[in-house]
Amino acid sequence: MPPETRPSGMVLSLMALAAVVCVVAFMTWGSRGNWSFVLPFRGTKLLALVLVAYAIAVSTVLFQTITNNRILTPAIMGFDWLYMLLQTLLVFGLGAATTSAIDPRWMFLIEVGTMTGFSLILYRFLFSGGVRDLHLLILIGVVFGTLFRSLSGFLQRLIDPNDFVVLQDRLFASFNTIDASLLLVSAVLVGLASLGALKIFHTLDVMALGRETAISLGVDHRRITMIVLILVTVLVSVSAALVGPVTFFGLLVANLAYILMPSAKHRYVLPAAVLLAIICLVGGQTVLERLFGFDTALSIIIEFAGGLFFILYLLKGASR
Amino acid sequence: MIEIRNITKSYDSTVVVDAVTLTLRRGGITSIIGPNGAGKSTLLSIIARLIPTDKGTVMVDGLDVARTAGEVLARRLSILRQDNHMTTRLTVRDLVAFGRYPYNKGRPTAQDQEHINKALAYLGLEDLGGRFLDELSGGQRQRAFVAMVLCQDTDYMLFDEPLNNLDIRHAVAMMKLLRDAARDFGKTVVVVLHDVNFASCYSDQIIVMRDGKLFLQGPPSEIIRPDTLQQTYGCPFEVHDLGGDRIAVYYA
Amino acid sequence: MKLFILALMVTLAAAIVSLFVGVSDVSLSALFSGEADEKMLMVFAVSRLPRTIALVLAGAGMAVAGTIMQMLARNRFAEPSTAGTVESASLGMLVVLLLAPDLPVMMKMLVASTFALAGTSLFLLILQRVPLRSPILVPLIGLMLGGVISACTTFFAYRFDLMQAMGAWTSGDFSTVLQGRYEVLWIAFVLTVASYVAADRFTVAGMGQDFATNLGLHYGRVLAFGLVVVSMVTASVVVTAGILPFIGLIVPNLVSIVMGDKLRHTLPWIALSGAALVLVCDIVGRTVNAPFEVPAGSVLGVIGSLFFLNMLLRRRLRAA
Repeated sequence: MPPETRPSGMVLSLMALAAVVCVVAFMTWGSRGNWSFVLPFRGTKLLALVLVAYAIAVSTVLFQTITNNRILTPAIMGFDWLYMLLQTLLVFGLGAATTSAIDPRWMFLIEVGTMTGFSLILYRFLFSGGVRDLHLLILIGVVFGTLFRSLSGFLQRLIDPNDFVVLQDRLFASFNTIDASLLLVSAVLVGLASLGALKIFHTLDVMALGRETAISLGVDHRRITMIVLILVTVLVSVSAALVGPVTFFGLLVANLAYILMPSAKHRYVLPAAVLLAIICLVGGQTVLERLFGFDTALSIIIEFAGGLFFILYLLKGASR
Repeated sequence: MIEIRNITKSYDSTVVVDAVTLTLRRGGITSIIGPNGAGKSTLLSIIARLIPTDKGTVMVDGLDVARTAGEVLARRLSILRQDNHMTTRLTVRDLVAFGRYPYNKGRPTAQDQEHINKALAYLGLEDLGGRFLDELSGGQRQRAFVAMVLCQDTDYMLFDEPLNNLDIRHAVAMMKLLRDAARDFGKTVVVVLHDVNFASCYSDQIIVMRDGKLFLQGPPSEIIRPDTLQQTYGCPFEVHDLGGDRIAVYYA
Repeated sequence: MKLFILALMVTLAAAIVSLFVGVSDVSLSALFSGEADEKMLMVFAVSRLPRTIALVLAGAGMAVAGTIMQMLARNRFAEPSTAGTVESASLGMLVVLLLAPDLPVMMKMLVASTFALAGTSLFLLILQRVPLRSPILVPLIGLMLGGVISACTTFFAYRFDLMQAMGAWTSGDFSTVLQGRYEVLWIAFVLTVASYVAADRFTVAGMGQDFATNLGLHYGRVLAFGLVVVSMVTASVVVTAGILPFIGLIVPNLVSIVMGDKLRHTLPWIALSGAALVLVCDIVGRTVNAPFEVPAGSVLGVIGSLFFLNMLLRRRLRAA
């Protein structure tokens, strides 16, 4: 065993322990022994939160590995909003009646498929010239996000208001109104994505060394990049469908993981990011819901902290 | 007359200008030379009140630059710094016209137009008057900035490395222009120069700075000497007399 | 000059169209022939006329505010919605609604202005700490700062059940503009005119602090005046109609490409084009899905982010 694994392993175990504590607290705190109600109700919510935490953490770390930076994330690039836009477009194009008639799970799969296609095009378009100015790329991503958001806002205004009310719940998921009907299909998608990630897992550490190095070490950089991007898109779609867009969560947990883990290997960073995401989401939701009685405040707090972190990161990077 | 008394400026714990006291008489060209980081640009900016000093005073014709109203000073003293990056899209003529701003506050008179035309002509920019600055080459832009300062028509003109971005022809033309301004119109020109030989050939006075301190001050004949230059720059120099000018050689 | 009169005519035409587009019938001939019934006259005087005036004042004001912001930040991408100004004004509005909901509109505007002033000053302070002044970093920091501030706003709005009320002033919707509820925009008008008087000062300030000092300009005073104009114009627009994103980006940049930045020359064009753009956006919003309305802010959001992207992608192509 190389020496670096021991502290990393220990940190991971501690994180796992904390995650378990959060999960237990979430399930039991304030349940008043009413288990037949509490277990299925909180259970589905817990499952959704864990899925979201997993999806965001893994997609962010993988995305940062292939783009070779620690500040650009799929969410900051506007991928979440792209998903919302596609959803709105489908409703707009097919009409509310058709959309409601289709099984939401099939609908979801169609959306994930379209989303993957779109994001591949977007990605090819943005990265084909080679990333020269990271800040410019981030800004383009942020503005794409604004464009997607304004476009879906605009289209939602064009949908007949009566139809819109029917669809509103589906369009606006949040931590508090998790769309439970999609839980199973989401879990399957996340599982499949993880299997895919497992197959290329050994190349990830090489990919993190950068394009040139990876190619000279014999990795098919282009192919791996495409695979990772597809995985990322699937994961982003899952999280966006379950809880809606969350801009900064991935950025926060991925960077926390980089800081806390002594080793930069994916073997450690990936699980660390997932565990941290679970701790933050489940723990945060528990504390906010049970202790303060706030429901949807979690995403707002994430946006606040994430935005601050982002500004500080930019300033630090610029002054170097 | 510019009187600099005991000027000191430091950033954090680094002293950039260290207790400099010197007097610049009216008229002629004064060059400031010295190695990188000697505090030349900082000193120039302090004289022009662009940077506040920590200690000491600068008096221009008896006016304390730290206390005199900006618009009063702007009619006596002008400065052009290096690296003039500008996001504002102005035509060359518009830029030069702003040299009259201290006099007309943006409402140019016929007399101002004359000044503007003269400044444009002086720098050979007549044909470029209508072009936007961001459409020009680095050298053309540098000349446009100099034209603005000329148009400001102040007794004292300060330039921080005005030869940056200029090819040899334009560099020589620029130095001649500054010399003419000094000789024909009685202007006082202070230039920070990198090129020792331009300083030698065109200056009436040379100021040498080293480590933030005033090291030497005198006419070229006293300054452009192997021993003083070697002490200033820390490398060997030869000085030759060529047609009445002292030329330093330091390539070997 | 001839061109300017032509542009003036076009804007006037748009304003006249704006007067006669809407759910209730108001026709020119009826108004002049005296056939107009009382209801028609009332709709005209209470709703249509104020709405059109508000559109003109808000559009001109925001376009000029954007120009000033670009001069002060010395950055092409700066405008009230990329500098934290708009979000700060919204936070101010929320604070007023929480603490003193019965204040007259004028006072609300002043409070919102104070917040906008503080937020914009904070933005400029942060910019001073970016040593390289990378032009791309400026809007990025501004957008993130805006995100952090609006997270605060959302948090309190959520806590105190004001989300609905907040929706009203974030949407950029002129349908609620009625007589007696828009007059505060005349302050924006006065400030717009005052900016024209100070046009040369802003141009000189835009050349940078060193140039300004060399030309004898009191840079600090111009900065302060500019900040006050930007904050008060933004606040008065936010108070009456809500957020109008990106006008301050689109209009000044287009005008600058054609005629440069000598504001004495260009400010009238900027004000006029801003008014025309907002008028057109509002008319489009009123007709595209009649009888329902799409807020002018939504239309602008789409156009503006497309424009922004175009600016950035051109830059990328040039860099590549």
